[in-house]
Amino acid sequence: MSEQKSERHTIAVLVDNEAGILARVTGLFSGRGYNIESLTVAEVDAKQALSRITVVTSGTPMVIEQIKAQMDRLVPVHKTSDLTVEGPHIERELALIKVQGTGEKRVESLRIADIFRAKVVDSTNTSFVFETTGSTAKINAFIKLMEPLGLADVCRTGVVAISRGPAGL
Amino acid sequence: MSEESLTGADLVIKCLIDQDVDVVFGYPGGAVLPIYDSLFKQNHLRHILVRHEQAAVHSAEGYARSTGKVGVVLVTSGPGATNAVTGLTDALMDSIPVVCLTGQVATHLIGNDAFQEADTTGITRPCTKHNYLVKNIADLPRILHEAFYVARSGRPGPVVVDLPKDILMAPGTYNATPKMQHKSYRPQMKGDLKKIEQAIDMIAKARRPIFYTGGGVINSGPKAAQLLAQFVKLTGFPITNTLMGLGAYPASDRQFLGMLGMHGTYEANMSMHASDLLINIGARFDDRVTGRLNAFSPDSKKIHVDIDASSINKNVHVDLGIVGDVAHVLEDMIKVWKARQVRVDQKHLKSWWGQIEEWRKRECLRYAGSDTIIKPQYALERLYALTKDRETIITTEVGQHQMWAAQFMKFEKPNRWLTSGGLGTMGYGLPAAIGAQIAHPDALVIDVAGEASILMNIQEMATACQYRLPVKVFILNNEYMGMVRQWQELLHGGRYSESYSAALPDFVKLADAFGGVGLRATKPSEVDDVIKEMIATPKAVIVDVCVDPKENCFPMIPSGAAHNEMLLGPGDVAKKPISDAGLALV
Ligand SMILES: Cc1ncc(C[n+]2csc(CCOP(=O)(O)OP(=O)(O)O)c2C)c(N)n1
Ligand SMILES: [Mg+2]
Repeated sequence: MSEQKSERHTIAVLVDNEAGILARVTGLFSGRGYNIESLTVAEVDAKQALSRITVVTSGTPMVIEQIKAQMDRLVPVHKTSDLTVEGPHIERELALIKVQGTGEKRVESLRIADIFRAKVVDSTNTSFVFETTGSTAKINAFIKLMEPLGLADVCRTGVVAISRGPAGL
Repeated sequence: MSEESLTGADLVIKCLIDQDVDVVFGYPGGAVLPIYDSLFKQNHLRHILVRHEQAAVHSAEGYARSTGKVGVVLVTSGPGATNAVTGLTDALMDSIPVVCLTGQVATHLIGNDAFQEADTTGITRPCTKHNYLVKNIADLPRILHEAFYVARSGRPGPVVVDLPKDILMAPGTYNATPKMQHKSYRPQMKGDLKKIEQAIDMIAKARRPIFYTGGGVINSGPKAAQLLAQFVKLTGFPITNTLMGLGAYPASDRQFLGMLGMHGTYEANMSMHASDLLINIGARFDDRVTGRLNAFSPDSKKIHVDIDASSINKNVHVDLGIVGDVAHVLEDMIKVWKARQVRVDQKHLKSWWGQIEEWRKRECLRYAGSDTIIKPQYALERLYALTKDRETIITTEVGQHQMWAAQFMKFEKPNRWLTSGGLGTMGYGLPAAIGAQIAHPDALVIDVAGEASILMNIQEMATACQYRLPVKVFILNNEYMGMVRQWQELLHGGRYSESYSAALPDFVKLADAFGGVGLRATKPSEVDDVIKEMIATPKAVIVDVCVDPKENCFPMIPSGAAHNEMLLGPGDVAKKPISDAGLALV
């Protein structure tokens, strides 16, 4: 067997929105030693009680194939799609970022927020909360720039992702 | 019973009856008292009172494996459910269809650390195929029928349904039918025809082919075994079975090379190693089979047929994976084979068989006999000889005796060999034998046991005696946890740390104390008589066969070694030291 390199994949999973489903999925990852870089879940079809999970994971191609197959065999899983292999797709994260400070630093944080098209969603005399969406890399960059300016708190949703083009999951 | 007056507990019973369940293995307790009350009021279902919930699950497994039907378990909340966990894990690892009903505290108490509350769905999530907590009486009939559907469909497995006591007592209506499927779970039965054609191309071209088949053939049903035999005959290729697959192909047939893997035959493992085409049907490249992965069958192309897509490319990368049910895929393979009138290259096949016959001549299962001390292999040879013309079902515990049983008991048909393969659960054999005997009252059901393993569920002798089940416990008593001792001898410098079976009970008296019959053999000359007496006794019997305590189980692929690095006997051991990497493996 040739040595395989670890790759980052974004996987979308359509599941029954029932009790314990998230534990089932995360238990599968921890039980089998797979990585979770991020995981998001929310109901997407109330009528059919379906939720969509987006999970970002990393592993060798053989492990990624396993992850998909293991997810598929969970009884409440309807469909698993490896967006990374299935073609072009869009990934977005939302972050809320609190920055504390006054004077020059406060102004600088606002200036950078503007460049990143982050919105101010809360402000006091000594703080801002910025809301920003974008790729993981963009949010990482934004947070890095905020660090010296009084970064106080970070909250991120993790990646949600969808394929480009007309086809659904 | 009018429809309106049904309680949740009545609905449970109704669903079981509609699922054609005839027997439930269980143990009562506070949370399931309503179900026991409903059981009391009917006479369609038989309840077998086990003496430990672990045994309830193993009994259900024994029932399921010997019949192909779903085994049913009923246990109470808390300790009842946690005791069942080993059995559930066992059923998951060996893909055995079981539905396990667990009691639960009333819904309003869940999460309050109520008396005998356990997070049963949480605890059993990783050791079941699926599980349910019923929170609404209206969902109860659907969930129960769905549980049976899930347990038996696709790759079978255990399903837990957790039943809060208030739900069992609530009034409800029977609003579901046994034909119900899960709303989205539909395992793929038919294999992709293009891939099947590709498989036939590969098979037609092979020069050193071998069929490597497993428990999937048995789970697929008797038709799968027939089709397998038909296809193997058509090709003229050699075939080896995994521990789980024994009986799927008649052991007496010339094309059968015996079991493969850690304690498999020399000819099976050498053929795997030298093969240029592995045709894996319903096996899963388990580590007991493959040995060291990077040396596993290095020159072969590999075809893998499995109903579980996640088994394909999990441990071993294959050239062609076909997802589907074994019987369906084999049927299509045979069709394509016949339509194309494939003719195998007889010249190459003949020389391949010539090589295999050379390996066979090593007679790898030969052992040094004795006139004074009973060799465990001898005891099993005699057991086989004296039982082979009967309808016999063999179960086992776990250890050397299990491997010797796999080597020396031969199976011509599926569903007659019940052993804990994946989990390797000591204590499996006696309750599994009870389950098999319930399903086959006239069969000769024998648990080939070790003196250590049998003590793990010995209390089930009471179950056997209560229901007058004539199960036989055939103990190969070597006064050691023999398999542990063997590993300590080979890997840990002969330091036999805690592997001596001290303070053993007198098994003959023990049988007697339970109301069964105890027999003992201490000399080779007594073995036949004791076996004959065992067979003739219409009661539960324990036979204490006092065997050579030092005997080791060969052949053996030591952990971390390859198929062509087998130890054939004691003489090989010193010559082939085990690597440090191998030492770290289980
Ligand atoms: C529940 C459980 N605990 C521990 C083990 C580890 N184990 C495997 S074989 C074995 C010894 C079995 O001894 P015995 O039943 O006497 O069989 P023998 O090997 O002597 O034939 C042990 C302890 C196991 N398989 N299952
Ligand atoms: Mg022993």
